[in-house]
Amino acid sequence: MSATDYGWLVLAFPLAGLLVTSFGWRVLPGRLPGWIASAAIGLAFLAAIGALVQIQDLPADQRSLVDSAWTYAATADLRVDMAIFVDPLSVFMCLVVSGVSFLIHVYSVAYMGGDRGYARYFAYLNYFVFSMLLLVLAANFVILIIGWAFVGAASYLLISFWYRRGTATYAGIKAFVMNVIGDVGLVIATFLLLNETGTVNFRQVFEHAPDVFATDDVTLVFACLLILVGAFAKSAQLPLHTWLPDAMEGPTPVSALIHAATMVTAGVYLIARTHPLFELAPTAADISAVIGTATLLFAATVALVVTDLKRIIAYSTISQIGYMVLGVSVAAYSAGLFHLMTHAFFKALLFMGAGSVIGAMSGIQNIDRMGGFRRAMPFTFVTFTCGALALAAFPLTSGFFSKDEVLAFTLNRGGGFVVLGIVGYVAAALTGFYAFRMVFRVFYGDPVPEARELEDGHLAHHDAANPMTGEAEDTDVGFPGPEHAIAERSWPMKAAMGPLALLALVAGVVQIPGVSDVIENFLEPTFEDSRFRDTAPSEGAEVIGLVVGGLISIAAITVAFTVYLRRRGITLEWRDRFPAVHRFLEHKWYFDELYDAVFVRPAATAGSFGRRVVETDFVQGFIVGGATGIVRVGTSFARAIQTGFLRGYALLLLLGLAALGLYFLIASS
Amino acid sequence: MWFEQVLFFIAGAGALAGALGVVLLRNPFYCVLALVVHLVTLAVLFLLLQAAFLAAAQVVVYAGAVMVLYIFVVAYIGGRDEAMRPDESLITSFGPLFAVAIGVELCFALIGSGLEALDTRGADVGAGFGSPGQIGSLLLRRFLVPFEAASYLLLVAAVGAVVLARRRRGIEEEPPAPGREPAPAETLEVRV
Amino acid sequence: MDVVWFLVLSAFIFVIGAAGVIVRRDPLVILLCLELMLNAGNLALIAFARMHGGQAGQVFALIVMVIAACEVVIGLGIIVAMYRNRLQIDVDEMTELRG
Repeated sequence: MSATDYGWLVLAFPLAGLLVTSFGWRVLPGRLPGWIASAAIGLAFLAAIGALVQIQDLPADQRSLVDSAWTYAATADLRVDMAIFVDPLSVFMCLVVSGVSFLIHVYSVAYMGGDRGYARYFAYLNYFVFSMLLLVLAANFVILIIGWAFVGAASYLLISFWYRRGTATYAGIKAFVMNVIGDVGLVIATFLLLNETGTVNFRQVFEHAPDVFATDDVTLVFACLLILVGAFAKSAQLPLHTWLPDAMEGPTPVSALIHAATMVTAGVYLIARTHPLFELAPTAADISAVIGTATLLFAATVALVVTDLKRIIAYSTISQIGYMVLGVSVAAYSAGLFHLMTHAFFKALLFMGAGSVIGAMSGIQNIDRMGGFRRAMPFTFVTFTCGALALAAFPLTSGFFSKDEVLAFTLNRGGGFVVLGIVGYVAAALTGFYAFRMVFRVFYGDPVPEARELEDGHLAHHDAANPMTGEAEDTDVGFPGPEHAIAERSWPMKAAMGPLALLALVAGVVQIPGVSDVIENFLEPTFEDSRFRDTAPSEGAEVIGLVVGGLISIAAITVAFTVYLRRRGITLEWRDRFPAVHRFLEHKWYFDELYDAVFVRPAATAGSFGRRVVETDFVQGFIVGGATGIVRVGTSFARAIQTGFLRGYALLLLLGLAALGLYFLIASS
Repeated sequence: MWFEQVLFFIAGAGALAGALGVVLLRNPFYCVLALVVHLVTLAVLFLLLQAAFLAAAQVVVYAGAVMVLYIFVVAYIGGRDEAMRPDESLITSFGPLFAVAIGVELCFALIGSGLEALDTRGADVGAGFGSPGQIGSLLLRRFLVPFEAASYLLLVAAVGAVVLARRRRGIEEEPPAPGREPAPAETLEVRV
Repeated sequence: MDVVWFLVLSAFIFVIGAAGVIVRRDPLVILLCLELMLNAGNLALIAFARMHGGQAGQVFALIVMVIAACEVVIGLGIIVAMYRNRLQIDVDEMTELRG
């Protein structure tokens, strides 16, 4: 079987899993839907490995394969095929997506075990993986947009999974609306490119682009900026980031899969895939780098003060994706994608650990109520700390190598990029701090009552309530189930978290500067047309970067250790001394309030104006009422004749006959 | 011949008198009788037009059967003098007016018509014109289909009439009091 | 007599019947006036048959007589049904066609 056959299999298995779980949900007993869905993704992972092997067998310059299933549209000017594109970049993404998805599916089998919507959950999850794989395997902009839209729909379905919870449905709508803004940008960009180059196929667009566009051509910059709109909406960068923290309303494995490891990386993939266009329009690439940097700083500051465990991790996701965006914008493609891979590992792991802790807390997510779980949950503690170390870029972890490679590239570009690199290091310090803020607040300190109960051997139980607003709920379908799962008691969760912890620690070995460059060599065929091939930093610069990054990380962890363990309570003093700063950060730099005032309120006012004046008064009253009034008046004439008076009708008959006779008499004379 | 002209005028006067009697007499029974007179005089006119068979059919079928049926129904329902309603003036004035207008138009058409044959006594016809034999042979040869259709129509009408007027079980069949108003519903007054 | 006299007479009878339909309120009498009009038509048909010398007109008139008989039968059946259902035998009271 060729690589493209494996590519089709990668798509087929999740689709089959989706169909089986969604149509057979009534007949599949117990946890079987979960195992079927996991098996589907596991097979997809194996198929991706098969594609990898096949691709590597080919000579390096022939590793871009396109295979078309059928022609969707073939007109004089445009040809759109249902085609997949199998090359190192898409195989890399398939491996990451299917591999991490498989582990998250296994985790979910246990985690969602008590939920009434079990089969629906796995159907949605398989649908998401299918859409994501379709996105990364797309060979032209049309399939990309299809996958893009499907992924947005899957995100909405999964965020609002507990659909009876009001906050969840609002969050789903918010995410969907912002995703649609991105979709619009992407579609318009496709139109612009189609208009100029005459095709939507990736390979042809990228080949023709240098002929059609001059460097920094206005149309191309505009198209690239619109692609960025799409990428930033999907990857939650400024200013389209507000949906991601609210998306934590979804179940924790969903947060792990979609909003950490895979969907939010779609924007990064998009920029990497369209890199020839961005290299032809350096203005757009520079704007992207600046926004990525601003995002990573912003999110790191907010993660310092939020108190919901999942939201801390969400802001750290936004921040880390800022690093990835920065990486692919400065043409450090393999570095950015390497960070994508390591981030998928440790972020999914962090979410899984958070899910375990929240299960022990019986649904409570506020870290102010957590503490001292170290003895009660040893496995969770160890794996969570592995993930936090990788997030903080502690020396020799995977995050260490990937993040510092991105920053080394950035600094090496020189000029204004040095500023971006420095901001990146500052944010790395903040990252290390808040990562261990989580670890120390949750696992160290005096054990809270729930931790004590767990040490005694039984799981705490609280009445079901909304973790954000506190309002009471029940445990029927549409709300979380009554049972909570923790890693120590379910082997599927352990089976998923264990490998990820290992990968978070050691996955960096594939790309150690000067020693190994597996990722870079693998992705080489895709990015060999890059103009910035020769701007890679020297080994010496990279090693210096690693040393600096390692020192920053260790310093940040030490500061966190001091603040949270040695000098407890000092954070409360800081909060009282700088209330304005604290409020500013706690309200997430007031972005939500800004959007509410600028977009939501005017839209609501326009809507109510439309309903009151336009719909009720104008359309109903004037147009509809006027039309019906005219008809009513007109027909009242006809009604006056219908008296029901038989003799009157007969009289009219006679009258007609007389008139007719008169007419014929006159006509014949 | 002069004899025929005299007969025509007498029969015509009788027909018109019968027609006016139908329209103007108040008691429906007298109207039916006026129509019978009209039908018989019309039969005389048919005879003058050499339609012997039709004259006989008119008397036997029309006046003899249909009008007898009519008299039965009038007897069953009960004739009563119809009162003139006060607000009828519009109808009673315009109706005859339009009818007269039609009549005038028809007369214009007939008298001023360009058909010259109208002013003659008609074409030359043989001896058996209008006899049952010739009508019969026409009915059974050239006009067979209308003949059969008409018989079918009679069957349908007979069945329809039976269905329309049959007694329904369970419905009280008390005929209302003479006056032909519907019987007032009886109410049961309970005095405590 | 000339044919035209018969035709004029038939026109008069027709007109009288039409006026009767409008003027009278008793459905029985209205049916009778309808019979008047049909008979006027018959007279005209037979007059024309005499004029042309063909007997098709007479056959036509015969069929018209049959139809008139059927119509009377049904009309009387309706009136009897009205009477049975305690309705007023007066065309002015039958306003179901109103509206």
